[in-house]
Parts: sequence; C-alpha cells; structure tokens
Amino acid sequence: MSDHINLPEGSIGKHTTTLNLGPTHPATHGVFQNILELDGERIVSAEQTVGYIHRAFEKIAERRPLYQITPLTDRLNYCSAPINNMGWHLTCEKLLGIQTPKRVDYLRIIIMELARISDHLICNSIVGVDTGAYTGFLYVMQYRELIYEIYEEVCGSRLTTNIGRIGGFERNFTPKAFERLEKFLREYPEVLKEFNNMFRRNRIFMERTIGVGPISAERALNYGFTGPNLRAAGVDYDVRVHSPYSSYQDFQFTVPVGSTGDCYDRFLVRDQEMWQSISLIEQAYRKVQEFKGSESEVYHADVPEYYLPPKQDVYTKMEALIWHFKIVMGEIDIPPGEVWMSVEGGNGELGFYLISDGGRSPYRLHFRRPCFVYYQAFEELVKGSMLSDAIITMSSLNLIAGEMDG
Amino acid sequence: MITLLAIDWLFILEKLILIVSIISISLVIAMYETYAERKVAAVMQDRRGPNRAGPFGILQPLADGLKLFMKEEIIPNTSNRFLFVLGPCMAMLTAMMTSAVIPWGGKIHFTLFGADRWVSLQIADINIGILYIFGVVSMGVYGIMIGGWASNNKFSLMAAMRGASQVISYELPMGLSLIALLMLTGSLKMSSIVGGQIDSWYNVLYQPLGFFIFLVCAFAECNRTPFDLPEAENELNFGYHQEYSSMKLGFYLFAEYINMFISSAVMVSLFWGGYDIPFIKDANLAEQIGYNWLAALQGLSMFIKIAIFIFAFMWVRWTIPRFRYDQLMNLGWKTLIPLSLFNMIITALVVLLREYGWRF
Repeated sequence: MSDHINLPEGSIGKHTTTLNLGPTHPATHGVFQNILELDGERIVSAEQTVGYIHRAFEKIAERRPLYQITPLTDRLNYCSAPINNMGWHLTCEKLLGIQTPKRVDYLRIIIMELARISDHLICNSIVGVDTGAYTGFLYVMQYRELIYEIYEEVCGSRLTTNIGRIGGFERNFTPKAFERLEKFLREYPEVLKEFNNMFRRNRIFMERTIGVGPISAERALNYGFTGPNLRAAGVDYDVRVHSPYSSYQDFQFTVPVGSTGDCYDRFLVRDQEMWQSISLIEQAYRKVQEFKGSESEVYHADVPEYYLPPKQDVYTKMEALIWHFKIVMGEIDIPPGEVWMSVEGGNGELGFYLISDGGRSPYRLHFRRPCFVYYQAFEELVKGSMLSDAIITMSSLNLIAGEMDG
Repeated sequence: MITLLAIDWLFILEKLILIVSIISISLVIAMYETYAERKVAAVMQDRRGPNRAGPFGILQPLADGLKLFMKEEIIPNTSNRFLFVLGPCMAMLTAMMTSAVIPWGGKIHFTLFGADRWVSLQIADINIGILYIFGVVSMGVYGIMIGGWASNNKFSLMAAMRGASQVISYELPMGLSLIALLMLTGSLKMSSIVGGQIDSWYNVLYQPLGFFIFLVCAFAECNRTPFDLPEAENELNFGYHQEYSSMKLGFYLFAEYINMFISSAVMVSLFWGGYDIPFIKDANLAEQIGYNWLAALQGLSMFIKIAIFIFAFMWVRWTIPRFRYDQLMNLGWKTLIPLSLFNMIITALVVLLREYGWRF
C-alpha cells in the first residue's frame, strides 16, 4: 500500500467525503449499508449497518413445529440452502435422539458437498466479477445448473430447497438423480480447472487480491471467524473434522489452509475446498453404491413420530393416517432439552442452538450465522485501503445478506 | 462574383459528401459494435447473445437505439442542467471529430464536365494530422469530466476524477511512443505516414515496442477493460453516466464505441499499413483493375484490419479483470513512460547512426 501524502497540521483544510456504499449499490445486493468516510479513494473509516432484510426467523421459529422450521433455514444462506436444511435436521435429531442409517448419512454428505461446491463457486466467481472479469461468473453458472438439477430431482426445488426431513429424506434418490450426479462428476472438474486457469495466475487478479483485506489468525479467532475465511488466515478449524457429524469420520479429505487471510488466500482456500468436495462426493457415491437389496431402499430413519409418512400410505394404512394426523395437527410434543449443533456451512460454522421446554415448537432457537460475524470485521479489513478493495473484500468474505440478518 | 467562382465548389461538395458518409459509417459501425460486443461476449461465455430482433438478432442495435430514444429523459434536480447536457455532447463530438484526418483508401478518379478529378478518401489531409488526433482525443476527457461533475453524484464525481487522471496519464506514453514513430517517418501527415507503408514494410516491424505501448494506451484512452475504471460497474455504479438516461446515456455509450473504432483506425494507419492490401503490390493491382476498384478494395482491407482490432478490444474486455486505481497509475507512470522513453532514445540513436552511414 503506497504512502499517503501527509499534509502538515493546519496547512490546508483537509476534508473527507462520506459515501453511502449501499444499500442501493450493485455490489451490496440492496441489503448492506457501508457508510464510508473517504479521503480521495482511500477509506478512512467504515461503518456497517445490518438488518436490511431481517425477517425475525428466530422469533418465527418459536411458533412453529420442527418440520416447518426447515424452510426458514433455506432463506439463511440461499447459495447453499441444503447445508442449512441438513444442519437443522441434525439438530432436531440430536434433540430427539434419532440415529440415522449410514446410507442416509452418505446421501446427506453428497447433497451437502454439492451445496458447498455451488456456494464456493458463486463466491469465487463473484470475486472475479468484482475485479471486473465477468466471463468466469457467467461461464460457471451453467455448471452450477448441474448441481441444481440434482437438487431438483431429489427434492423438487432448486434454490430454497427444503430438502430432506427429520430422520432422512422425503424420498429415495431416483436412478436419474444418480445419473445426474455422475454427469456432474464427469463434467465439472474440467470446468473448475478452466475457471482457475482464468484467475489463479492472472497477474491483474493477483495484484488486485493479494494483500487486500487481510486478517491475522489471531484477529480472526478473536472476531470468531470460522470456515474458509478462518482457514485462509491459517487456522485449520473445520467442523467436519473437529466434531464430525453425519458420518464425516468415514471419509478421507484434507482441510486446505491459507496463511495471510487476504482475498487471494480466501479464493485459493475455496478453490481447494471445491476439489476436496468433489473427492468427498465421489467417496460418498461409492459408499452409497455398496448398499444392495433392501438396504438400498433405506432413505430415512424409522421415526414415525416425526417423519411424515408417504401420501399413498396415508390413504391406505391406518398407522400412517394416525401419524400423519398427529404430526400435521401438532399433537406431538418434542422432549424438553437444550442442544447445540453446528455444521460446516458454505461460508463458516453454521450453528443451531435449540432450547425446548416440551410442547410443539422450540422455546428458543438461535442460529449462529457466520456472515454476521464476518461483517463485524469489515471495517478492520478495509480501513486504509481503496474503495475498490472494499468491494472485493466484501465479496470474498462471502457475505450473504439473508444469513447475516437472519 | 469572381471570388465566388474562384472557390472550388466541387471540392467542397466532395468533402461534404465524404464527411457525411464517414460520420454515418462511424455511427453504423458503432451500432454494430454493440451487437458484436454482445455476440462476442456470448461466445466467450457459452451463451447465445441477442437473437430475437431479426435473423441472428441483427436488428438488435436498432431496437436498442429506438428504446433509448423512447425512454424518459431525467435530469436530476441537483445537477447543473447546462453542463449535464453538455457532457454527452462533448463526448460524442470529440469521438466523431477524430475521424477527419484518417485516410480510408487511395484516390478515386472520375471525369466531370470533361475535367479529370482525383479525390482522396480523407476528409482533411492536414500536415499536423497526428497532433490533431491528440488534441481531439484529449478533449474527449471533458465529456467524462463535465458529465460526471454535473451529475452531482459522488460516484459520478469519483469516476470523473478517475477518468481525467487516467486519460492524462496515458496520453504521455502514447505521445512518447509516437515520437519514436515520427522520427522514422519524418512527417506528422497521416497520408504520408500511411503512404510510406504502402507496398512496403509496416511500421509495426520497426516499432514493435512503440506499437505495444500505443495499444495499451489506446485501451486506456477508450476506457476499456482492463482500464475501465471510470465506469467500473461494481464499484461506481457505471461511473460517470450513472445519472444519465435516454439518448444522453446513448451518446456516452455510442461515444465509447466510436472511440474504439477510431482508435483502431489510428492504430491501423500508424502501425499496420493503413489501407494497404497486405501481400499484394497495390500499384500493380491498380493497373489491372483501375484506381476506383483499388480504392474500394483498400477501404475493405482497412476495415478488415480495424475489425480485427475491435475484436481484440472485446476479447480483452471479456477475459481479464480490471486494475485498481493506484495500480493503473503505477503502470502508466512507472512502466509505460520509462519504456516509451527508452524506445524513443533507441530509435533516436538508430536514426542518428544511420545518418552517419551505419547500415542495419
């Protein structure tokens, strides 16, 4: 960073400009507001505002049965909605003491890692867009589409997926879903390689991102950073490794770690994580294929109290009709208790803190939203840098407003 | 009466026709550059691009133009109304003026009232052609400055400041790289610079570094990626033309595309032989097919060369990221200016040694 001209005190009246970067600015998605104090193009101070799309999910959740809270989690980090859904189901299962079959765990891992890839892909390509290279973003969009097609086959929707149920999935993966997964595994690595060739060693991109928005490991930990942003700063903390959930302990993968915590390292960490995710999906897919016969029909745990029965059973079987009625009419109380469950979300540790005092809905539910933490550090990251750096820093932190405001 | 007769009215008529046709050709080319840009971007991004208006979407620019005309025109209350209108006019005017000194082809020959007339396809063959281009191009920044300032918007103002400092910084290496070229050609006249390259080696072979510097500076002067800082859409909301709507916005966009066309034409004229048809002796060809056909072919050759450059502009835009403001200044002042000075000194030495009879 070049030195700024220091005028002697009182020689010339030196004025700074206040610039509202957002909320109506293309890079702030209409929901972030940064009140920047600028000296020329250099940022003197930044004040960030949260809450533009606060929808009070935690409060809404207090009046809803567990299975109706899943759609709320979709709208947190909508770039990787399935991870949020799975995280929520895992939390419920922890509270209810449900053991999921291995096959369900592996299927969940496939979906979660697909979501991670789509999340990182968006983040990295948006960093590209914010440095001015638009092509990478539009080019990879059609390969994110492959992921969305898999979601579509598994759960019927694409962005806000509401995928899975407490105890497993709403239906088994169809052969077509596996076909699409194979297609993805076949086509995607090449594209990712191509995408990286465009950016990784691009001189302009490197100059724009190296040393921009850096954070030390200590500061990152103090702020409570998690996920790729913390790993880019050099701390190898990954929830999947430190407290494995959904049978992550059965898999071989490495946790990529950066050193400087700047935008370039964050880019590289996300990139490496995508490769790890591809390998995880491949492993999980192999494991899923090993289930033969009736085992390959298992797609949910046997918990009739919480798992909504298939519709055709409701019409034909007495038991199913009873459970369906009880679940839908909210006659099933959840046990009192207090659980904390966190998963490695698309952009950090996504935690769910659930307190139940019995009854049909949680007494209190708190989402630990990683973006909310990152945004607190925004001023420290951009202070003294240029206006353009602030934009890149914001996109490379992978700030998703829906998650930040909750 | 006598004075009126003494004026070569036919000459004025010829020039007027030439002016009108070159301006309209520039406009049409600028229109189709927008189409080409979208198609090129589409190819690079694996998309289809505009394909609804007419076959292959070739009527798209017309539809866009019509849309811009029909849009409501908004002038912000807090803006300076006079300057707000002046900004896009300046941008358009300077973009159009540059084409005056570029030779588009050889001479056309026809007989009128029993007199032979030779018409060169150049509006004004003035002996300070290159200086004229520089003068007008420097004026181009006023469009950005005035427009950005008059909008009374902080983003626009920032973009205007970026634009001004960028254009000024990059004009220096551009001028220095041309001084080296001028030492070789010995003339500022566009027609003689191009004429020296006809049926001969192109200037780019003598001045590869000069050409490279000129190319980089041309990108900067046209505000194209990687130097599109004044209109960085992610940082400054499209910068200086943020507050503009309707045809005023259209003027800014048009001016950018015309600038691209003209700077390609200048590069072709200065370094790539202008309207010379490559690999063929133009003089021999003239004997076979006549001068008028030759001029037409030369014009075509010029346009093909220009099209290649325009494609390069687009190719770069859709491939690489853009610089940051301080990096841009560093590149201009710390890399390009020393390089062009070096190029100038080397060229000067070679020219001097040649005078002393050294052979290279």
